Amino acid sequence: MGSDGVKVLGAWPSPFVLRVRIALRIKSVAYEFVEENVVVSKSELLLKSNPVHKQIPVLIHGDKPICESLVIVEYVDEAWPSSGPSILPSHPYDRATARFWAAYLDTKWFPKLRAILFGGGEETSALEEVTQGLVWLEEALILKGQNLNFFGGEKIGYLDIALGSFLAWVRVVEKRSNVSLIDEDKTPNLFKWAHHFSTHPAVKDVLPQTDKLLDFAQYLIAKLGPSRTTSN
Amino acid sequence: MAEDLKLFRTWSSPYSLRIVHALKIKGLEYDTVLEDLSNKSESLLKYNPIHKKVPILVHNGKPICESLVILEYIDETWKQSPLLPQDPYEKAMARFWAKFGDEKVLLSIWSAFTSQGKEQEEAIATTANNLKFIEEQLKGKKFFGGETIGYLDLAFGWMANLISIFEEICNLKLVDAELYPLLSTWMDNFSNDPVIKELWPPRDRMVEKFKAMREPYLSKVIV
Repeated sequence: MGSDGVKVLGAWPSPFVLRVRIALRIKSVAYEFVEENVVVSKSELLLKSNPVHKQIPVLIHGDKPICESLVIVEYVDEAWPSSGPSILPSHPYDRATARFWAAYLDTKWFPKLRAILFGGGEETSALEEVTQGLVWLEEALILKGQNLNFFGGEKIGYLDIALGSFLAWVRVVEKRSNVSLIDEDKTPNLFKWAHHFSTHPAVKDVLPQTDKLLDFAQYLIAKLGPSRTTSN
Repeated sequence: MAEDLKLFRTWSSPYSLRIVHALKIKGLEYDTVLEDLSNKSESLLKYNPIHKKVPILVHNGKPICESLVILEYIDETWKQSPLLPQDPYEKAMARFWAKFGDEKVLLSIWSAFTSQGKEQEEAIATTANNLKFIEEQLKGKKFFGGETIGYLDLAFGWMANLISIFEEICNLKLVDAELYPLLSTWMDNFSNDPVIKELWPPRDRMVEKFKAMREPYLSKVIV
């Protein structure tokens, strides 16, 4: 690999890996995707590149590994400033807002979404929290302006990537638990946003198909047992 | 010209302290609203309805929440005395380690502080592993930010403040100067830096507070 080559260690079902791929596609950065099967075992390269967490995604730029999906997305935005549109908003307050919501998604919201799927007895309260989170995000989207397609405004941005990367998993939960999370009536703006996001050129070829992901989810649940999945 | 800046915090919250120090480094003046978390103000709940926590920085009437997000906001809004490195890779590293600090190190140290017996032994072992990574980050540097205190120093600042307090209360050594020479030196340098020193919460009050916080854990049955 050349001194500027880009490698992504990841796995197709992971929403965190998806964030990195979307960011690189927005910037038109070519990369080699190394599919890791972390459920079975972790490669030497992964363990060497992420000794702290031993998790995907890892972006390796030249010989430098960068870990943690949101850290990687910001890195991609800053390392390739002119090869594509900006990912983070330009105004500090908008950046802070986007980062706030992304942190909320990762620390509070997604663990609850996962809890609905993987059980452990918390499903009902988890569903309430996930629903409430989506209402907040609906409000945040409305605040941006009614006719804008994305949290990033007219173009896809950091918060779109942070939330949108979970879209396929949201669909899986909707199918499996027979609920409507991003609902046309309850969260109409998010509903439209979901369509814009999933059909965006930087997203559509890498967003996992719901049925394929559902099969994977069943496999994971069977293999690991309820409420014993690791976070990614 | 004074900025319209308000900081909602408590007298002891390490997350709030990050912001107090950052604002000091930037030379910014602001109003402080001291909160009692057992009786949260209307304003706190209005400005941070999602988490209902401190710190909250309110700039020109607009709230920013989550301490690490606030630090980046401060750094991006006021360019003097930069907190984060300019280089994208160095910046990514600072963000990575700050996250590691909050998500893993803080947890393991808190666990070591509040648990007993076998659970405590495990927490101590996890802490030791975590601290090894941090020790490595200080090679060749006085502060994580280089010659001067930066974002990552502020993010890890709680260690310089709280570890010796936890050690005193538990009669336990968590950061042995022989095992972690760089980290120990950093903790001293950080605590004694003029910017930091004058804003440290009173130690006796902190010891009292954390002793009280530990009580409920002690009454659990030792496994």
